[in-house]
Amino acid sequence: MKFPIYLDYAATTPVDPRVAEKMIPYLTEHFGNPASRSHAFGWAAEEAVENARREVAALFNCDAKEIVWTSGATESTNLALKGAAHFYQGKGKHLITVRTEHKATLDTMRELERQGFEVTYLDVDGEGLLDLEAFKAALRPDTILVSVMYVNNEIGVIQNIPAISEWCRERGILLHVDAVQAVGKLPIDLAALKIDLMSVSSHKVYGPKGIGALFVRRKPRIRLEAQMHGGGHERGMRSGTLPTHQIVGMGEAFRLTRLEMAEEVPRLTRLRDRLLKGLQEIEEVYVNGSFEHRACNNLNMSFNFVEGESLMMAIRDIAVSSGSACTSASLEPSYVLRALGRSDELAHSSIRFSVGRFTTEEEIDYAVTLVKQKVHKLRELSPLWEMYCDKVDFNQVQWATH
Amino acid sequence: MAYSEKVLEHYENPRNVGSFDKEERGVGTGMVGAPACGDVMKLQIKVGKDGVIEDARFKTYGCGSAIASSSLVTEWVKGKTLDEAMAIKNSEIAEELALPPVKIHCSILAEDAIKAAIADYKAKSGAEPGHEEKTAEAAVCSPHAAT
Repeated sequence: MKFPIYLDYAATTPVDPRVAEKMIPYLTEHFGNPASRSHAFGWAAEEAVENARREVAALFNCDAKEIVWTSGATESTNLALKGAAHFYQGKGKHLITVRTEHKATLDTMRELERQGFEVTYLDVDGEGLLDLEAFKAALRPDTILVSVMYVNNEIGVIQNIPAISEWCRERGILLHVDAVQAVGKLPIDLAALKIDLMSVSSHKVYGPKGIGALFVRRKPRIRLEAQMHGGGHERGMRSGTLPTHQIVGMGEAFRLTRLEMAEEVPRLTRLRDRLLKGLQEIEEVYVNGSFEHRACNNLNMSFNFVEGESLMMAIRDIAVSSGSACTSASLEPSYVLRALGRSDELAHSSIRFSVGRFTTEEEIDYAVTLVKQKVHKLRELSPLWEMYCDKVDFNQVQWATH
Repeated sequence: MAYSEKVLEHYENPRNVGSFDKEERGVGTGMVGAPACGDVMKLQIKVGKDGVIEDARFKTYGCGSAIASSSLVTEWVKGKTLDEAMAIKNSEIAEELALPPVKIHCSILAEDAIKAAIADYKAKSGAEPGHEEKTAEAAVCSPHAAT
């Protein structure tokens, strides 16, 4: 086994060696500008870019013309939300999103609020799922755009995008979906799903960082106001010279995902479930978010009475993420876990494990043993564990909130 | 986040972990912090007849820096008089452990824990009533004011 063991595939993934191999010639040999129409260098680059575009479209069963290259999902989301809000503001200025969205969505919505739009932030239930009745009730005659993520980045829960998309289409409201964490984990058929705009990223599926795409539906045609101005690349929606090697990498990564998903998803599910089974042998542990409606690669757990950052430090041999935010000045734990109604204690005690293409059973077993051992050690150090063992009622304790 | 060697050393080998019986004579217990803020420190001192701190124990729920800060102060208070222990400053703890600015609150909490343990000891032994020192105000965690 190679240490540290990487169990943070939801943060980013290594570039698949097969992808890296495809990219290299486009750095050195076929270095042309895809926008150069007058010579073979440009033609070769353009062909590679269009091949990659077809590969991305093939994974989602959409038209290659509906794929716009961006620098990544944050840019895709910015372009989708600002671009659509600006273009359609004559129809209304009300937007809807969810409290547990990624910061790329929430922060863009905040900016749109500063520009005079009104945004409704919907709550989720204790499982992290959007209540469809509350969603329907929030729709207004002046609602122009809804943004809901397919799979949550922290807790991996899957929102009911098919139902949401039907509702939006029926009411003539645009739907943007942040599908970054869904790619390769769920089948996404854009011929069936009534999604209008969809953000995806390359580096979560074994492609390079710095490249992503925005799906912009053509039937019915969705219009966007450009946010990046210049040479009019990407049909005027996103100017800037296309990074051919990055695009080739993303195309190959998405091609491999399409070909290998059917085998990969059950394998990831088995590994994740093995991890869960092992960790559930520890007393006072909780899975955060719905387990039933959850992407196959994600496990987010709280280890009660142990603080997340100290646990991460103790398990340095495995690379994971924590919902605790002891490093931030505010000491605010994860807003996603708070939105689920998790207590601050449990939010501070959370760890996100995410498995991926190169995870092995041996690594999972090592992780289980290590976490068990370290949780035990830290609980021996924890005054809260001592109080729990002494059956102290935590609600009766007057904490000196500092 | 990269931790200093000293934080790692205390974290890996915490000193004086454990608990004294709260009711025992000469024992002062200080518990500071809140689970909602992500750290709780329990510091206990055992004071001899001569007013010198003979022994100390701690348990901490919190990040590595919080654990290291409390481990360090259990070492520092031993052999000190109450007045000497009261004089320990969070800045000295932060300096000794090379804490980065975002972790200064851990050292403040450790200072508060010493003061709380001493106050508890004094209250129990009936010495110097009303002489409870005001502890340093950290005000870095206000989870209920958050949006």
